[in-house]
Amino acid sequence: MNPRLALAVSAGKLAGVAARRAGRGGGTALPGLVAERVDPGLVGHLASQLQRGRVTVSGTNGKTTTSRVIASILEAAGMPYVHNREGSNLMRGLASTLLGAAGPSGAIPRAVHSFGLFEVDEATLPLAVPELRPTVLAFTNLFRDQLDRYGEVDTVFALWSEALAKAPRDATLVLNADDPSVAELASGWAGPVHWYGLEDPSFSTAAAGAADARWCRSCGGSYRYERRYFAHVGLWRCRGCERRRPEPQTAARDVTLALGDAAFAVEGAGSLQMRLTGAYNVYNALAAVAVARVLAVPSSAIIAGVGAARPAFGRQEVVEVQGRRLHLLLCKNPAGANQVLLLLASVGGEGLKVATLLNDRFADGQDVSWTWDVDYEVLAGKVERCWAAGDRAEDMALRLTYAGWPRCDSVVHEPGALIEAILAGSEAGEDIFVIPTYTAMLDLRAELVRIGAAQPFFEAE
Amino acid sequence: MSTPPAYALTAVHLYPDILNIYGDRGNIIALRYRCEARGIALQVREVTVGDAFDPAECDIILAGGGQDREQRRIADDLQARGPALRAAIDGGLPALVVCGGFQLFGHRYVDHQGGVIPGISVFDLETRHPGPRADRCIGDVILDTPEGEVVGFENHGGRTYLAPGQAPFGRVRRGFGNNAEDGTEGARTANAIGTYLHGSLLPKNPALTDELILLALRRRYGPDVTLPPLADDAERAAHATAARTAERRSRAAG
Ligand SMILES: [Zn+2]
Repeated sequence: MNPRLALAVSAGKLAGVAARRAGRGGGTALPGLVAERVDPGLVGHLASQLQRGRVTVSGTNGKTTTSRVIASILEAAGMPYVHNREGSNLMRGLASTLLGAAGPSGAIPRAVHSFGLFEVDEATLPLAVPELRPTVLAFTNLFRDQLDRYGEVDTVFALWSEALAKAPRDATLVLNADDPSVAELASGWAGPVHWYGLEDPSFSTAAAGAADARWCRSCGGSYRYERRYFAHVGLWRCRGCERRRPEPQTAARDVTLALGDAAFAVEGAGSLQMRLTGAYNVYNALAAVAVARVLAVPSSAIIAGVGAARPAFGRQEVVEVQGRRLHLLLCKNPAGANQVLLLLASVGGEGLKVATLLNDRFADGQDVSWTWDVDYEVLAGKVERCWAAGDRAEDMALRLTYAGWPRCDSVVHEPGALIEAILAGSEAGEDIFVIPTYTAMLDLRAELVRIGAAQPFFEAE
Repeated sequence: MSTPPAYALTAVHLYPDILNIYGDRGNIIALRYRCEARGIALQVREVTVGDAFDPAECDIILAGGGQDREQRRIADDLQARGPALRAAIDGGLPALVVCGGFQLFGHRYVDHQGGVIPGISVFDLETRHPGPRADRCIGDVILDTPEGEVVGFENHGGRTYLAPGQAPFGRVRRGFGNNAEDGTEGARTANAIGTYLHGSLLPKNPALTDELILLALRRRYGPDVTLPPLADDAERAAHATAARTAERRSRAAG
């Protein structure tokens, strides 16, 4: 064992212990940060032990859920793996995860039989790929993030292309055939590509959401859709050149969505049922199924694993408060918000009670104008009661008014006040749909933990 | 009580499929909401590259923002419409053009490599991009305008310089404005307004929205038309929150 690596591992582990002693929670980033200082090649040295294969999962939406479904499938297959489930998806989070898996000398137990499963942030991918040397790189989709955060679509695409240029040549790309930006990643890739996509004519929702990919990256032509599932995702074809949506090897058919679960069929894998719902989660599960097939996981384990997967923190989590079921439906960007609204419009029925929380901190996007790109209008006439909360509750209330929703019951900043208002405006046994931005979800969840309705994050996991 | 006259207006949204990255849809939604609340029928026509359209037949023009690539896509088409648009705006046609649309309503946009995209010279101004290493102008904005306080959010790389004599849309109280130097924001010529304040500009600034509607109504139905006031509590609350946020962040930034 490399002595510098061993030193880095002990330093990192020590930092983790110190952070926990000091009461700084799990201290998920610190061990990785410290260890990387001692050995900058730490991630590469540790990851290279995972000889069964190393999978990265990237995409602007759905990478957390996709990774969790893959983990659930590997679990069902009894295949050991290392996963940055709790660590962040930045370099230091990857480092912390690998440190946590390694023993004091830096050796990961059972490493030769283990997979590495890594959710990787868009901008971190070019840094992570040379270290992780992935055997499978999965991409979910490419939507724009809130604009002032500079997740501009072109920037993200350039980062991913840069990452692919550094990837092992024989790695397999697992790509969403229905997203033309993701599909474009295959151009210039000489290695194997495994495509996944939706084959369900009943699913078309042409009206839903602004397209975040409009021009072909090869020729500049515009896209034409034989079928559009949502935003720019569907059966696309370039008007200017030969590019068109590739035939998926892993295709979902017969999709049915309900409020808390969904089902779909994959040829060669069978009928899948899951406790996640919404078209976006069908895509997330499908990406996971595609990765599992590339990893040669048996169908029985795929079916069991997809069925056992549970929503990530704040994403379709149900929290009970005095008999009311609060469905937490995190939305991090316009595409995510549109998906949540479409789900409610299609399966939520009439007389909905909906709370929307809008924060404008760095992680949410400081510019709240994106709310005007979201189709809150799809729920006009279906919402019976609504509440607005968060730092920018007033902006949210105005948006909902202009979308034809009823006047908000209350417009408050604090999550505690929101919960009181919801309790006053609902009865035990009712479903309340709560749509928060990222930090608003953290605040609300902290309040739910405080009043004893929800478990803290690490226990809920 | 007399029945109110049945007014009808046509708004033209220029290049909605190309210039639309900054929540510009909010401006259309606000116009529609505030027209409908007064029984004014508002028809929104989308006009994109190649579509036939006579500015003389419409009542309000709107255009939004895009990245350089999108601006190039519309440049030729916009050039061809330049004379008709200029004539209509000289004749009092109300317009609201934002970000990329604002830049191309000036004389030209010069990108960071010196490439020029010609504009249609509705406004006497030009925009230059100072290069990829220059910071973008991003953040909350509060303006003082002849219509009162206006709040919004800006996000632009290009710096816009008004020619002497060209009126700005407003003066910057918080934020960068046209070029982060001279305190001007946007431009105003006759009833045409250009600005960097994107997306949710009209919803949170109802007086401005009403002014555009009233200008359009008077142009079509005569100078005596008036606009009944609306309650506006939601609009005022959102405006106040945006202004408070701008003040807080500007203090935090020192
Ligand atoms: Zn093409």
